[in-house]
Amino acid sequence: MIRLRRGLMSSIVPAVAAVLVSLLVLAAVLAILRVDPIKAVAALFDFGSSERAQANQTRTWVNRSVPLFLSGLAVSVGFRMNLFNIGVEGQYRVAGVVAAAVGAIVHLPGPLHILFILLVAMAAGAAYASIPAILKVKRGINEVITTIMLNSIAVGVIAYLLREPFRDPALGRNANPATRPLPESAWFPGFADPFGWLGIGAPSREVGGFIVVAMVVGVVVSFVLSRTRFGFDLRASGRNATAAEASGVPAGRMTIQAMLISGALAGLVGMPQVLGEDHGFSINFVAGLGFSGIAVALLGRNSPLGIAFAAVLFAFLDRSGPSLQRVDIPPSVVVITQGVIVLSVVIVNEIARRLLERAEERRAGGVAPAAPTQPTVAEVTA
Amino acid sequence: MTTVSGESRPGAPVADQPPVIELKGITKRFPGVVANSDVNLVVRRGEIHAIVGENGSGKSTLMKTLYGMHRPDEGIILVDGEPAVFKTPTAAIAAGIGMVHQHFMLADNFTVLENIILGSEPTSGARIDVDSARARITKTSDDYGLGLRPDRLVEHLSVAERQRVEIAKVLFRGARVLILDEPTAVLVPQEVDELFENLTGLRAEGLSVIFISHKLDEVLKVADVITVIRRGVTVGTVDPGKVTARQLAEMMVGSELPLPETRESTVTDRVQLAVSGVTARGSEGTTVLDDITFSLHRGEVVGFAGVEGNGQSELVQTLMGLIRPVSGTISLDGEDIAGWPTLKRRERGIAFVPEDRHRQALMLQAPLWENRILGHQWSRELFRRGLLRRKAAIRDTARIMAEYDVRAPGTDTIAGALSGGNQQKLIIGRELEGGPNVLIAAHPTRGVDVGAQAAIWDRIREARSKGLATLLISADLEELIGLSDTLYVILRGRLVAKLDPGAVTPEELGSHMTGAATADGTDQKAVTKGTEA
Repeated sequence: MIRLRRGLMSSIVPAVAAVLVSLLVLAAVLAILRVDPIKAVAALFDFGSSERAQANQTRTWVNRSVPLFLSGLAVSVGFRMNLFNIGVEGQYRVAGVVAAAVGAIVHLPGPLHILFILLVAMAAGAAYASIPAILKVKRGINEVITTIMLNSIAVGVIAYLLREPFRDPALGRNANPATRPLPESAWFPGFADPFGWLGIGAPSREVGGFIVVAMVVGVVVSFVLSRTRFGFDLRASGRNATAAEASGVPAGRMTIQAMLISGALAGLVGMPQVLGEDHGFSINFVAGLGFSGIAVALLGRNSPLGIAFAAVLFAFLDRSGPSLQRVDIPPSVVVITQGVIVLSVVIVNEIARRLLERAEERRAGGVAPAAPTQPTVAEVTA
Repeated sequence: MTTVSGESRPGAPVADQPPVIELKGITKRFPGVVANSDVNLVVRRGEIHAIVGENGSGKSTLMKTLYGMHRPDEGIILVDGEPAVFKTPTAAIAAGIGMVHQHFMLADNFTVLENIILGSEPTSGARIDVDSARARITKTSDDYGLGLRPDRLVEHLSVAERQRVEIAKVLFRGARVLILDEPTAVLVPQEVDELFENLTGLRAEGLSVIFISHKLDEVLKVADVITVIRRGVTVGTVDPGKVTARQLAEMMVGSELPLPETRESTVTDRVQLAVSGVTARGSEGTTVLDDITFSLHRGEVVGFAGVEGNGQSELVQTLMGLIRPVSGTISLDGEDIAGWPTLKRRERGIAFVPEDRHRQALMLQAPLWENRILGHQWSRELFRRGLLRRKAAIRDTARIMAEYDVRAPGTDTIAGALSGGNQQKLIIGRELEGGPNVLIAAHPTRGVDVGAQAAIWDRIREARSKGLATLLISADLEELIGLSDTLYVILRGRLVAKLDPGAVTPEELGSHMTGAATADGTDQKAVTKGTEA
């Protein structure tokens, strides 16, 4: 019971508190913008009146959650060992264009083709992440700086790749640059009518099936981090690098491995769009998911489950942009909300950490010397 | 060395004047430790008052109390006879107390003048009054012979010059009492002499200096009064003219050292760990370990005495594979391990209790059972095929906690919530698990209460009797003498003496450690000084 209560204290309560605080701040922002808060909230929850519209809105929500979750997961692996991989943004975009281009010239039967492209994407993301990793380990250059710079470089690299080597030769001179379209064997299947059980009809287009991959990846990452030796070494390095090193965890190797995994996960972020929607890579590829991933990882407190909730929340807000616009509320309110949530999370987390530490000290200090070990045994058997 | 203190002193204390600083019954506790206990100190006007004591004896804690960095649990501070409470260093500075820290706090890209006025800039209107600041600094510098040039960049200054900037900075803020924390630690001998001239200059102007040190020869040379602190308690206040370095060492170390327990020697003739000719260099290329050779037998505790910073940390890190030596061999049970990574050394039976448990041994935010795993990632009990055996780890942690009397509510308590003694017992327990054959223990009882200390000592003795070879580094000489079968003294990265802990006197040990021993040819300075007197 104690464990449950402390579990609540340490993970759920701060997140909920952060969301509540941000709602308050948001109300103030809306007041300044002279927007009726009730109207705004109503717009947030407005999924349209027709069943089809509701289904489509839900589809957007789900489809939006998946890349946000993967991006948050990618960032969180770095965070776990105090690596600030700001470069998920560049990594997923580079991985997207490389995977789309390579996938289009390879011919494999269905599932294998998809698997191949996913592996290429992960390899490309990891390769792009290896640059800041090596620079940090070999030269001691802060990864924040290198990853931010590599994000800018990625934009240029992708522009070049799309114009020259990866450009679809079938495109006309004035067409928007894009890679060759992926053959049908590489199209990721979707769900035609997944919302029946919610009492809403089928959306106009299929709901992306990549959510299944995201769930599997989430479970795997969670397992690796909490149940394997590698995960233990990674968390130990993040918690206390000096102690980890004195305990035989080589800091440099861990940095490189964590960065590569983070990059590989980043490589998956663009795949729902490349494989499931666009069937290729064009300049319409969605940008900014890497940055949102940082916020999602923070809100989810680096736990895969928390990140899933955070991704769903952010996707919900993203989706409501057009609804807000319809009632004359600037859609940037969504961005403001997300920003406020992240700030609240950072602040509330810190406060919660201090409170928890103090509570733990009291708990440990209150142990009577007479019966020092009894609670220990009881707790283990419990 | 008596010449300085024998001079006539213009600022000599006047009988009816209250002392400029008086500390009465200062007690300061930290969780699990009493750092100062009923400490009394009287500092008069125009006096250089040295405070000497071993590392960890509570000198710094006391000075932090005086400087307002924390508040005492008991006792009062009197300034000019009036009770004073300092909540912050700013309050202490306002009362005329200034401190020069061991590690300078100067901005390299600022000039001397800018550094000195930083934080207390004289202004005229909204503008910084540079001219009046320069005039004041020049006057201060001339008055006390500091030789400062206000417009030089600090990055171009030598260490000694930077120290004088720090002193000027404190004087600029109107300090009448200067606390210097180990000021000579960073200086070469000539610079030390210059510093002492500056200090006598300050004294001549009626200022008081509190000089913290553990270098006895220096203290005897410059101080008017010496207060000795041992284990958080003031042992006594003496006149440097009336004591010898050896008497001081005895006061510092404690004259009643416990006789090593009469016990069966468990030392065998089988060498467990052999270190031969190990030399290592620090980050700036300085030699931190110089040709270290010794061996550790099964069932033997080999102690290393030395003033902190003489290569003990580097020796430990070299043995654990955290520093690569430039030459020399290390062999474990006859096998050369110099190229082995840390984890392999641990797997092969080298246990490690690091000197700073918070930095090197624990994840303070993590539960105890995860901390138990740290350093044992090789263990088949805790990991199988790369998978963490969580239940086994928790069960094992509970067992260690029961066996080593770690007082905590449960295995999932956060390590940072435990007292120092309980944290250390957990570390000792985890390290002695799995039957190590070598234990590298650095300050195993530092900052723990007396009960935990005794328990840890018992554990080490017990493991020793089962054949464990232990390398023990400690600043606590009683611990070293009580536990060791063989005792080395390390000074400036070299082993300068090998002593029998059963026969050594505290004077001997103290003089070897401080480099004052005449038998030690490496410290010519101390030797010549002795003959001068």
